Amino acid sequence: MDYGHDTTNKRTELQMARSMCWHCQSEVTGEYYCGQCVKVQPLSKELDYFTYLGLPRLLTIDTAALETKYYELSRSFHPDFFQNKTETEQQISLGNSALLNTAYRTLKDPIQRAEYLLNLEAGSAKDIRNSPPADLFEEILELQEDLEAFRSASSARDANETTRYRTKLLADREHLDQRQQAMDAKLAGLFTKWDTIQSRAPQPDALRPQKDDVLKEMRELLSNRTYLRSILNDLVATLEGGHADRRH
Amino acid sequence: MRIVGIDLGTTNSLIAYMDGQTPRVIAGRGDRAMVPSVVAMTDNGLIVGDPAKEHLVRNPAHTVYSVKRFMGKGLADVADELKYFPYTLSEQGGVIRIKVGEKTYSPPQISAMILKELKQRAEVVLHEEISKAVITVPAYFNDSQRQATKDAGTIAGLDVVRIINEPTAAALAYGLQQRTQGTIAVYDLGGGTFDISILKLKDGIFEVLSTNGNTHLGGDDFDHVVAEVILKDVRAKHSLDLEKYDEAMQAVRLEAERTKICLSDEQTATAVIDLPDGTGTYRKDFSRDQLEALTGELVERTLGPCRQALKDAGLQPSDIDEVILVGGSTRMPLVRRRVQALFSKVPHSELNPDEVVALGAAVQAGILSGGTQGMLLLDVTPLSLGIETIGGVMSTLIRRNTTIPSSTKEMFTTYADGQTGVDIHILQGERELVKDNRSLARFRLKVPPLPAGVPRIEVTFLIDANGILNVTARDIRTKQSQSLEVKPSYGLTDDEVERMIGDSFKFAADDLKARQLIEARTEADAILTATDKALKRGNHLIRAEELATIRAALSALEAAKKTDDHRAIRARIAETEQATHHLAEVLMDDSLKQALQNKKLSELP
Repeated sequence: MDYGHDTTNKRTELQMARSMCWHCQSEVTGEYYCGQCVKVQPLSKELDYFTYLGLPRLLTIDTAALETKYYELSRSFHPDFFQNKTETEQQISLGNSALLNTAYRTLKDPIQRAEYLLNLEAGSAKDIRNSPPADLFEEILELQEDLEAFRSASSARDANETTRYRTKLLADREHLDQRQQAMDAKLAGLFTKWDTIQSRAPQPDALRPQKDDVLKEMRELLSNRTYLRSILNDLVATLEGGHADRRH
Repeated sequence: MRIVGIDLGTTNSLIAYMDGQTPRVIAGRGDRAMVPSVVAMTDNGLIVGDPAKEHLVRNPAHTVYSVKRFMGKGLADVADELKYFPYTLSEQGGVIRIKVGEKTYSPPQISAMILKELKQRAEVVLHEEISKAVITVPAYFNDSQRQATKDAGTIAGLDVVRIINEPTAAALAYGLQQRTQGTIAVYDLGGGTFDISILKLKDGIFEVLSTNGNTHLGGDDFDHVVAEVILKDVRAKHSLDLEKYDEAMQAVRLEAERTKICLSDEQTATAVIDLPDGTGTYRKDFSRDQLEALTGELVERTLGPCRQALKDAGLQPSDIDEVILVGGSTRMPLVRRRVQALFSKVPHSELNPDEVVALGAAVQAGILSGGTQGMLLLDVTPLSLGIETIGGVMSTLIRRNTTIPSSTKEMFTTYADGQTGVDIHILQGERELVKDNRSLARFRLKVPPLPAGVPRIEVTFLIDANGILNVTARDIRTKQSQSLEVKPSYGLTDDEVERMIGDSFKFAADDLKARQLIEARTEADAILTATDKALKRGNHLIRAEELATIRAALSALEAAKKTDDHRAIRARIAETEQATHHLAEVLMDDSLKQALQNKKLSELP
């Protein structure tokens, strides 16, 4: 697999390139406002979320600091405060706020944060898995059979069989929950590993092979976890007799 | 420029403003701040509010209530509750149309009449023209319902600077007035809708964590349950089917509401109905226990959304610091008990649950105008937004409970060589299949004819701070943006709204003029016929010159009737009455004489 480093460098360059005020054409020195005319500036679309929210590119984050920064930036950009400004400024405020909200939501959630970091560092978040990972193959196969049997028993209104398979599915669920917990523990270990290397060598190219090893392992793990989550959601929906909810 | 806050409710509406740093509701005549959301189109013109409510029983076919239930909906959506609505509904372009007399109105037009009344009320009290407003909607309102509300404002001549959610508005009022902090749950059960919102209040930031609800569950439904019992009982005891009488149905509905409200304070209450055709009076005693047994299931239906909202916020009931009650239906002791049991907290209702939403709307108006500082509301979109993909499956673009404004970009291309358009169907909802979700709108992307897969059109879906979707498209190759004609599935088109704005100004004046003309002509016809009859019977009883005066008056009235001037008709009617006054007296005497002659003396009183 190819982990190109171009993305990261390109992002930094583009971020630097944003330097002319849309309104007075003077050089923008402040972060979000023009130093000359004090008009709000559109955030570069290439600005990465970590930089935007003032965080180092680490996976263990200070959630209180993240929230404080989010609130602070919301007070700077929210459309509420641009009601009496020009149409252009209102549009910029809307765009900046939307980007801020996405950035905050992404970094707040550890899984989304990791997927985002993978995307930044290695180009793509994860492989989309359509077949079960090797070490889950047997269990998933058995689960599918139980699910099938449960569905046909309940549609045939066979109370005994339904109860039997419900009990079985509940056991399956518990087992898969444990598997997920194990994955999460492993993921936490990878977070720490990444953070250690990244803190030691924040430059994109430094310790690249080590970084890529961690990223590769993380990508694999996240793909398996996503697969497991969708199986679990399906299982919960079947047990509750409701409709599959696609949220994770 | 002042911005007012408006709570456009199912049952009642209110308008509020910021008096310095304090939000205040504006009271009308008799110090009542609540304006019943009822519109009556009477012979004497358009009536809104309390006086219109009186017309519900007297003239149900011309009196529209609970119109909020129809906002942003098609006819099929409300099929099961038409029984109580005495007016004829139809559908045009995916929008319900309400037929009142000879005219049909869309729900936003009716809502606009209520908004205009509130606007005028504020103008009288504040001595200035009101043109900007924040209007509240149920948090669980979908895009179509929000857009319909915005349209109503536009038709009423208001610039709707922001649509905000009712429970969050309530939170703003509590945050400002009661200095509430921490994680709070707002339970809002109104006249027609239910919302639950979980918020985090910290240092002036009001961050909504999750929201859920049911836009078709409220006080109206409680009334219907009680009304059903009355209807059934009347059928059993009097063999009378009240459903056949529009007037009686409204009387039952209103009496059910009154009884329900009464039982919030009392242990027993009596519903009293005048039966139609003077067949007597019906009475039925209700106890609070009875009401609670009848409505228990409805209250239960609010708890599912509460649990889901907690789950979506990643919280347990014990994580909630405060519970706030909003909406008139939270006065019911049963509701309070259930909410208290769910959250294990005594809920708050320090601020009047009928007024708190309007107060919050005023606070948001204060924030927008810059007068209220340090506060910021970060709200969420209540429903997932997506587009239709192959196989009738919805692909989610923006998930529910995402903080707004929020945007996402999607790239579209073609499947066939030379294809010049891509059809996009926008949906809202949580289900897998397109058919189980709500269709919002459709539009067609224009694509230059190129080999399949070559065109690259980037579409941006943006939900703004009002929770309303905006769609823009850009050709990546040419960097050209294209304008989209988004056709709403359940909404008025821009042209229709434009036309309705014009109509709304004309309506008030035209309606009155037309009605006065019709009335004057009808009255003229009655007088002409009556005088004709009288002359046949009595021309021999009056002198020739008197007869000539009457004939002259009659032809003048005939002539006036052909004009459009109701005042002239009225004047000729008055003259004719004057001219025939003596004739009428003479006839009266004459018929009395005849009556006496035809009767035996003993039969006289």
